[in-house]
Amino acid sequence: MPERTGVEVRLENLQRRYGAVVALDDLSLTIAPGELVALLGPSGCGKTTALRLLAGLEDADGGRVVIGGEDVTGLPANRRNIGMVFQAYSLFPHMVAWENVAFGLQMRGVGLAERKKRAIDVLELVGLSRFANRYASQMSGGQQQRVALARALAISPQVLLLDEPLSALDAKVRSRLRDEIRRIQLEVGITTLFVTHDQEEALAIADRVGVMQSGRLEQLGPPMTVYSRPATPFVADFVGLTNRIQGTVSRGSVDVRGATIPLVDSSVPDGPATALVRPEAVSLVGNGEAQEGPLIGTVIAVAFLGATSRVTVDLGDITVLAQLPTSAAAEHPAGTRVKLALRPDPVLVDSHN
Amino acid sequence: MTIAGAPAITTSAGRPVGGRRLPLDWLGAVPFLVYVAIFLFLPTAIIVGGSVLDANGSLTLVNFAHLSRDYIVKTTLNTIGLSAVTALAGATFGALLAYAIAVGNREGLVRRLTLSVSGVLAQFGGVTLAFAFIATIGPAGFLYLWLAEHHADIYAHSLWLFELPGVALVYLYFQIPLMVLVFLPALDGIKPQWREATESLGGGTWHYWRYVAGPLLAPAFLGATLLLFANAFSAYATVNALINQGQPVISQQISGALSGEVGTFEPGFAKAIAVEMVIIVTAVTVLYSLLQRRTSRWLQ
Ligand SMILES: Nc1ncnc2c1ncn2[C@@H]1O[C@H](COP(=O)(O)OP(=O)(O)OP(=O)(O)O)[C@@H](O)[C@H]1O
Ligand SMILES: [Mg+2]
Repeated sequence: MPERTGVEVRLENLQRRYGAVVALDDLSLTIAPGELVALLGPSGCGKTTALRLLAGLEDADGGRVVIGGEDVTGLPANRRNIGMVFQAYSLFPHMVAWENVAFGLQMRGVGLAERKKRAIDVLELVGLSRFANRYASQMSGGQQQRVALARALAISPQVLLLDEPLSALDAKVRSRLRDEIRRIQLEVGITTLFVTHDQEEALAIADRVGVMQSGRLEQLGPPMTVYSRPATPFVADFVGLTNRIQGTVSRGSVDVRGATIPLVDSSVPDGPATALVRPEAVSLVGNGEAQEGPLIGTVIAVAFLGATSRVTVDLGDITVLAQLPTSAAAEHPAGTRVKLALRPDPVLVDSHN
Repeated sequence: MTIAGAPAITTSAGRPVGGRRLPLDWLGAVPFLVYVAIFLFLPTAIIVGGSVLDANGSLTLVNFAHLSRDYIVKTTLNTIGLSAVTALAGATFGALLAYAIAVGNREGLVRRLTLSVSGVLAQFGGVTLAFAFIATIGPAGFLYLWLAEHHADIYAHSLWLFELPGVALVYLYFQIPLMVLVFLPALDGIKPQWREATESLGGGTWHYWRYVAGPLLAPAFLGATLLLFANAFSAYATVNALINQGQPVISQQISGALSGEVGTFEPGFAKAIAVEMVIIVTAVTVLYSLLQRRTSRWLQ
């Protein structure tokens, strides 16, 4: 595969409504050349709509789509040169793998021998050249999605779009193929928009993650930033798990059950607020037997996640999640009294309630 | 993962030593086989057996030789023509109707209504259907009379309702709904992603139909057409209710040979005609199942 340098993609103030439903509400997003942006958000927030407007499969009610400096807003899908990978079952079932991959070249008038050769080359890139003569029904879901990726890449598109390409696969295949997609995307250097509702997937694959809600972009930033510095309570809730704990804001920090934690945004007015505390910021600092206090409670559940475990602690009025190394969690089985500590990482507060 | 020290559990492949397992899997198919034997193979065997016996019960091929009689050849060709025309027309109009339903709302009233009506009409036939046509566009039918009053006499040249064109028209009344019923599942199996993939790969509407939807639907369309052909080919009651003079259709010749009204009473010959029909319908059915197999390889 020849190295390609991607082009810039700009979505400018996109609007789209279906009857009374506002699917996209003034969405603006710029993807740098060769960058992979993951759009993340709950079901119905408009991810697919954004992707389909970019692909030209749907018309915008307002706004512009600019690819490589060229305004393509009015251009139909078949003239945009965009590679697309769908959720599932998108391979043409009556064509074998290489014929599927060669289809876009066929549409461009490339001769049989040449397009077959190029199709096999792209299948090689996704590691499936030996399956070139199989029908979709003779391949696993993961293999089908690789062929779909090869088919999208075979036309040397300017932009690659993927709409939940992994959601129909089981967990193990999913993470392997996710890494595979990222490797290929970097190798080809193509500007990519990846839609998913799986936050782990988005954080793992993307250069930047865009979190959407109700047709708007809530936050756009590198995975680390979105995770550790969520811009809004919605993002904090949606990306990763969050404890919502009542506290009181005063002069740039929040007092939560006796612990003082700095605020991300120090301009929050003083008064009662809900602090959003990540489970990783909660630790067990020892035996709470025969003690009382706002951060002392009883372990009610321990969920083993591998290297870490998630411990649920009942503090009487609320329950709090703590994520710990499994070795530390093992010392506090369900039923034991523990004392918690909150790490003073800057937190976000939700002052609406 | 294996735990160190634990003995690996190995299974010695093969059948258990000593006892021999009785294969009982086929037992479940017994009712079906009995059914097929009683209602398909037995009648076929009786017909085939009867067709090679003469009046004295001795073996003969003379009944099959009679199949070359002019009026048998003519009615066979008539029936094939009638079946082919109504199959093609029924398939075409039925496919268009099915397409209109398929692109519409899946939960919509139009779809449910059309399907229910098709389900009823596809079974409609015989005297009832013939009478319905006679009562509307027959020479005393209200629609005919109304048209005639408005200077559109549809029988100005001939009373074609009681000839093969009329039979073809009446057959369409069940052929089209039957096509809707058998072709709609194929249309429903067409995924919208295929069209969108075609578009994103640079293809237009023409490319989609030429390279994707067309090849995918063709076997189902041809298969359904064959089914319609067999359906028309074996019909008897409807045509018999419309035309009881001349017996232009092959199935009528069987009853003709049995009743002895036209010629002589020839039960062996009647069975030979039936064998001819069985062979033609079987050939069509084999073609149909070959096409089905082709589609199912893609869509398994
Ligand atoms: N063709 C359509 N007709 C009517 N409403 C639609 C249509 N397509 C999308 N919508 C609505 O627009 C909103 C956004 O839909 P969209 O498919 O973009 O969501 P999504 O973020 O992709 O969700 P999911 O994660 O479930 O795929 C939803 O409320 C949806 O019901
Ligand atoms: Mg979606």
